[in-house]
Amino acid sequence: MTTATRAHVPATPTAVWLVVEGLWAWYRRNWRSSAVSSVIEPVLFLLALGLGFGSQIQPSAATGGLPYVQYLAPALVVASALQTAAFESTYPVLAAFKWKGTFLGVASTPITSTQLALGQLLWIFLRLSVSSVAFLVIAALLGAVTSLGVIGSLFAALLAAMAFAAPVVAYSATLQSEGQQFSAIFRFIVVPMTVFAGTFFPVDQLPAWVRPIVWLTPLWHGTELSRASAFGTGEFFPVLGHLAFLVALVVIGGHFVVRNFARRLEV
Amino acid sequence: MTTTASAPNTTRTGLLLRVLPVGMYAGRSRALVERSLLVNRRAWLQVVSGFFEPLFFLFGLGFGFGKLIGDVVGPGGETISYVAYVAPALLAASAMNGAVYDATFNLFFKLKYAKLYDAVLTTPLGPLDVAIGEITWALIRGALYGTGFLTVMLGMGLLTSPWAVLALPAAVLIAFAFGALGMACTTFMRSWHDFDLVQLALVPMFLFSTTFYPITVYPEGVQFAVKCFPLYHAIEVMRALCTGFVDFSLVGHLAYFAVMAVVGVVVASRRLGKLLLA
Repeated sequence: MTTATRAHVPATPTAVWLVVEGLWAWYRRNWRSSAVSSVIEPVLFLLALGLGFGSQIQPSAATGGLPYVQYLAPALVVASALQTAAFESTYPVLAAFKWKGTFLGVASTPITSTQLALGQLLWIFLRLSVSSVAFLVIAALLGAVTSLGVIGSLFAALLAAMAFAAPVVAYSATLQSEGQQFSAIFRFIVVPMTVFAGTFFPVDQLPAWVRPIVWLTPLWHGTELSRASAFGTGEFFPVLGHLAFLVALVVIGGHFVVRNFARRLEV
Repeated sequence: MTTTASAPNTTRTGLLLRVLPVGMYAGRSRALVERSLLVNRRAWLQVVSGFFEPLFFLFGLGFGFGKLIGDVVGPGGETISYVAYVAPALLAASAMNGAVYDATFNLFFKLKYAKLYDAVLTTPLGPLDVAIGEITWALIRGALYGTGFLTVMLGMGLLTSPWAVLALPAAVLIAFAFGALGMACTTFMRSWHDFDLVQLALVPMFLFSTTFYPITVYPEGVQFAVKCFPLYHAIEVMRALCTGFVDFSLVGHLAYFAVMAVVGVVVASRRLGKLLLA
């Protein structure tokens, strides 16, 4: 690249923001369906399982002595953020490369593939922030929130969701077409993770051999952080460990997103 | 279209073939099932994975939730374990989900993008062949999943009555009704965005139709609303058959699905005819 063309390259923050703006321009017309899946569905889960199913459960040591709905809410925000993240990191990314071709369009402008990759990740982060805040506000109105520690839950949810999104975006960027890979991710990773990683019941109720698998999921670390913050039960070293694991996933995943975008878009 | 539609007339012998409008049905829906079979040979992972989803829920909810909740009151007023309570409901829900997703997402893709049925209708097959063929394939898949799930339930000792042998045919009927209705809805859809309406119907139904807890949790008015949902009746049927507390109300529940299936097939084939032959 010569200095003459480099002069036209926007500064990275500007370029990243332009990418986000581009994604927003499309989303503005199509937000309806994601509102259903990322806000209404988790609220329904909270109502049905927290209040309906929860009415059958006596507060006990397993629920930290809390009513079930309050036990569930800080974990459900993490689980639903992860689910939304999984969706946002798969079909839309492949579509932008292949079916809609929007990423190819961006690549023909002065915006670099790295800036595009960062813009895509920032966009997912902003999408998740809005739906997670919306869910928590509704949960608070339903009486499922115990303390201001829920703000920590929000950050736990976003961190865990990005820790999952980054590697998945990196993977989606390598696909040439959607065979069965995405269905396999949802069926064999997202669904079991949601069911088993401590959202609905404590992990120590699972057989011992399953637990090490659970420890590998970002959802479990996010849930532990979220409950620790919401209930004020956090201890220094476990919290540090969960944070380190999730940050590491974000950094490593992010590195591969940047690399894979470059491989696909730069000739 | 008249020339292609009149071709099968020479072989119209059965009553159904004679009473239906010309070109709707050629008695060759088998060909579409065969096509699905051939296509799905390459998508075996998707087919197999459909079996695991309810299993994950069964293990997760049954054992995890089960320990939180202990025993519950079953259909006959008898105390049963929570996992025995939830399992039949999950079977009903997976019959619903499998049938509806197949009849909506997959069908929409074939209808709008793959243009599969436009191609099919240039052959002697009619819209009713399409409707019957696609539903039959969905049912074959559903029956496979149902068999797998019931086998696991049997292995876990959750099938306590001989009535359970009827659980599989009942699951197929339920899937048929949901599939037919889902197909009818798909013919009205304009874009992928309409699928959030499908989600909006399925998710609340899955969560609130006494899948996870008894109906007595709700106040009276809500109880009535829940009893209108088709999944509620499906779960009642499955719970009754799996635990053996069968009474006359079963006929009522099954009639619900018979009506739903007929309405679904009639609307779906008419609409398909309109969309494809117009």
